[in-house]
Amino acid sequence: MRVECEQEAGSGVSVAAASVWNNPAAIIQVENLSKQVASPEGPLVILDDIGFSIAKGESVAVVGASGSGKSTLLGLLAGLDTPTQGRVWLAGVDLNSLDEDGRALLRAQRVGFVFQSFQLLTGLTALENVMLPLELAGQSDARRQALDLLERVGLKARARHYPAQLSGGEQQRVALARAFAGNPDVLFADEPTGNLDQKTGHRIVELLFTLNREQGATLVLVTHDAELAAYCDRILELDDGRLRPPSVKQPGGA
Amino acid sequence: MSNTTLVSPSAEKAAPNWRDVSRMALRALRRDWQSGELRVLAIALLIAVASVAAVGFFTDRIQQAMERKASELLGADLVIAASRPIQPALAEEAQRQGLQIAETMSFRSVVLVGETTQLAEVKAVGPGYPLRGALQVSDAPFAPPQIVTVIPRPGQVWLDERLIQTLGLKVGDLVNLGVREFSVAQVLAYEPDRAGDLFSIAPRLLLNLADMPSTELVQPGSRVEYRLLLAGDPAALADFKAWAKPRLADGEKLQSVREARAELRSALDRAQRFLNLAALVSVILAGVGVAIAARRFAARHWDSVAILRCVGATEALIVRLFVLELLALATLAGLAGLIVGYGAQYGLSGVLGQLVSRTELPAPSWLPVLPSLATGFVTLLGFGLPPLLRLREVPPLRVLRRDLGPVNPRLLALYGPAMAATAALLAWQAGEWRLALYVCAGVAATMVALSLAAWGLVKSLNLLRGQVGVAWRFGLANIARRGPGSAVQVVALGLGLMALLILTLVRTDLLSSWRASLPPDAPNHFLINVQTGEVEGVRAFLRERDLRDVELFPMVRGRLTALNGRPVGPEDYANPRAQRLVAREFNLSWADALQEDNRILAGRWWNADDRGQGVASVEVGLAEDLGIALGDTLRFQIAGQNVEAKVMSLRSVEWDSFRANFFVVFPSGVLENYPATWITSFYLPPDRKPVLAELVRQYPSITILDVEALMTKVREIVDRVIAAVEYVFLFTLAAGLVVLYAAIQATQDERRFESAVLRTLGAQRKVVRRSLLAEFATLGLLAGVLAAAAATLLGYVLAEQVFDFTYQWNPWIWLLGGGAGALGVGLAGLLGARSALNQPPWRALREG
Repeated sequence: MRVECEQEAGSGVSVAAASVWNNPAAIIQVENLSKQVASPEGPLVILDDIGFSIAKGESVAVVGASGSGKSTLLGLLAGLDTPTQGRVWLAGVDLNSLDEDGRALLRAQRVGFVFQSFQLLTGLTALENVMLPLELAGQSDARRQALDLLERVGLKARARHYPAQLSGGEQQRVALARAFAGNPDVLFADEPTGNLDQKTGHRIVELLFTLNREQGATLVLVTHDAELAAYCDRILELDDGRLRPPSVKQPGGA
Repeated sequence: MSNTTLVSPSAEKAAPNWRDVSRMALRALRRDWQSGELRVLAIALLIAVASVAAVGFFTDRIQQAMERKASELLGADLVIAASRPIQPALAEEAQRQGLQIAETMSFRSVVLVGETTQLAEVKAVGPGYPLRGALQVSDAPFAPPQIVTVIPRPGQVWLDERLIQTLGLKVGDLVNLGVREFSVAQVLAYEPDRAGDLFSIAPRLLLNLADMPSTELVQPGSRVEYRLLLAGDPAALADFKAWAKPRLADGEKLQSVREARAELRSALDRAQRFLNLAALVSVILAGVGVAIAARRFAARHWDSVAILRCVGATEALIVRLFVLELLALATLAGLAGLIVGYGAQYGLSGVLGQLVSRTELPAPSWLPVLPSLATGFVTLLGFGLPPLLRLREVPPLRVLRRDLGPVNPRLLALYGPAMAATAALLAWQAGEWRLALYVCAGVAATMVALSLAAWGLVKSLNLLRGQVGVAWRFGLANIARRGPGSAVQVVALGLGLMALLILTLVRTDLLSSWRASLPPDAPNHFLINVQTGEVEGVRAFLRERDLRDVELFPMVRGRLTALNGRPVGPEDYANPRAQRLVAREFNLSWADALQEDNRILAGRWWNADDRGQGVASVEVGLAEDLGIALGDTLRFQIAGQNVEAKVMSLRSVEWDSFRANFFVVFPSGVLENYPATWITSFYLPPDRKPVLAELVRQYPSITILDVEALMTKVREIVDRVIAAVEYVFLFTLAAGLVVLYAAIQATQDERRFESAVLRTLGAQRKVVRRSLLAEFATLGLLAGVLAAAAATLLGYVLAEQVFDFTYQWNPWIWLLGGGAGALGVGLAGLLGARSALNQPPWRALREG
């Protein structure tokens, strides 16, 4: 088993070594994580024995070549998919111990998402899209909170528009508002600028990091964009399903 | 269609030839079949072909049976028929020209045995009968029949099985006919020219023509059909026909094999048209299923088409590929449909075959194969091709920008071909352009009305949106957002549900409405052929036996010869009913008071001053058929004399009241001097039947019609036709279910994705389930309510316009329609989404 052992000033990353939750500072802890899928040529190993931990409030970029398993890892961290082997603790809970609905509940309370292709529900207005996670978490003033969030991403005037009536950048801003609705502990972002032009992408990234800072959430960002990765406190690099030895980021690189 | 290796990337190389394209298309067919995308399409096509084939094979068997029997059905090669004795000169000339001849008379009369009476169709036949075909007799009912070449000897009668049984007779017993006694010599098993089995109601009796005068049954005004049968070689027949035609007296008619059994033929034609229309309704429904399934099929191929376009496939190649793939599918589904249809026609023959022929029907021929297959192709091309053709508009840029699809089409351009295909099919199958036009207009109007109503309902759901919880908000928002798509879905679901509702509720409503229109004490006996001199006696006879308030009506026979001075004949009318009415003699009557169940719709009933004037009151249906308006002048020929009358009023009549009623009524003082018979009807309880025997003994020439048996027989026939139509409606039912299934499937892909997003955001499965249920149940509820409205309207129109009785409103249809819609569609939608709900959301998201 591999143990990530590193200490970095101000980041609070600690050692995860045992099979029990032993680090209250870590919001995500991964142990022996493997994912295989069946393919015509036999089983295909996508993730091979991964282990690491992420501290509360940290921002981590997961990078790697196409097919290296970044998105699969993100799905496993968020409990959207189930591993073949190993464990993920999210906010102190072993995801393996939860069923599908238990994981959904956990996501509703703790997790936000931003996707490459926005994944807004086309049937709902911008406002309703943002309200959705709040309502799912059972919050009573979903509308007011959602309007606040839309204001913060500069789209209050567009609250009643449907996704199809918005530009790509605007859609991603709605998605950001939705992601931060309900003050998630962890925000997962999957290539959030992948579908946007450079200028728009840049603005979205700034907004993402600003919101993240304001809310003090932990950010896990999957990207192949080195510039974007550089905004993060730390980079996890995947290579063919395995985690590369860590490289320590220079402070002030962002 | 994701296989791109076959398309050459080299621009110099010519486009792939037909063989390559066919190979690609077949490979695509196999792949798409395996992935399950084509199954709904295939099943819809199969149903369309099977329903047309089942009806086609069956009617083909009936037609064969009829052609085989055609010459026999006449008992001759040529017949002269008349309602008065035929001029002897005709028979003499025929014999002079070397033709064989035979004469017959037929009429209805009562046969009497002790106290028992029975109405029978009596036929008196002369030597030589029949000239074509042969009589078959047996010694006891249902004993093996033998062919005979003789006719009953004088003093003897042959009775058919039914008459023998009804009267409780055996061979050798005595029966009374008119004033004479006859001995029963044989059981009549088969007579070639008997009135067609289909609507022949009375049992049969055969006697020798020489005995007729001694029965004293034929009186002036009696209804008798005289027939002169002729047979010989075709040339001599043609000569005779040419000679006889200009010499025929009024009321004398030539019938050759071709015109034989027009009633039977037209009755069967009507049944056939009815069945064809039932089959066509299934075809239209299946077409809707095909349209929905083809849309989904096309949408699922946008990506692969974009890739094909990227690597150099032309629009023409794309079209060719998909058309070939679908043609191959249509062929396979069509063949399967033929097999199912062939099997199904045996069921149909079981239900209806006996009405036509007691013997086994001839085996079906292969004639219906092509039309049935063609139906499959037309359905596919009309309904399935439009969305597929749009595939060529998929821009190659979609490879880079997934949101690009074909441009939004005009609805008319999309489904214009479908409507045209349907209209062509209808016209072809029903054989009547006007009927086809009506049906198409009706279907189109229904669809438009359903769409508008659906659109309105969908829009109004938006108002509810703020009032409900997250799951319901999401479900309702989905319906409202898909707007036009949801409306289409509601219409499709509504059509499917409507088919179900009509098959369950409306059908029984129609039947019970019909039954309710015949009260239990409706007159069940008619007396006809009462002579003027007997009227007072009969009235007294009935009064003495407590049959009070029985009114006798005079009846004079006359032919309509001119309208406003212009001569009219059957050839002036296109409507077959009008032709028939003009060709026959009318029953005219006179009265000073309007009959209870008649109502004046236009003009006025006469008063005392109008008596003896040339005015008349005409039944409104007849007036419509013959184009008679208030104030027109009618000329009737009555017993060789012309009588003119101005139309003073138009009346409505309740024909199914089973009371005597007349198309044309005169005031008193006009018709009294013409030969008349009288008619009446009354209710006689079953335990008082002996009264009838007494009446017949006292007035032997009076004919008693026991319409209870007639009503039963008519009901039986109607029930059988209904049973056959219901049988064909099973296909409609299947087509309706396919439409429901296709409509639910149509948005399944989107929903898989949406439920994955919902779950990613932390929705538990029960929330997703509830939102799906909300959406589908609401769709189902809307569709069910619309279906109930449409089914009720259809039932109302059928009852009031087609069957002429008061429709009984059924409140349950709304509950059943809405309830079954919400529940059924809701559950079906949930079941359809089950696999998506059990899959980790990540997978669905990354596929989407």
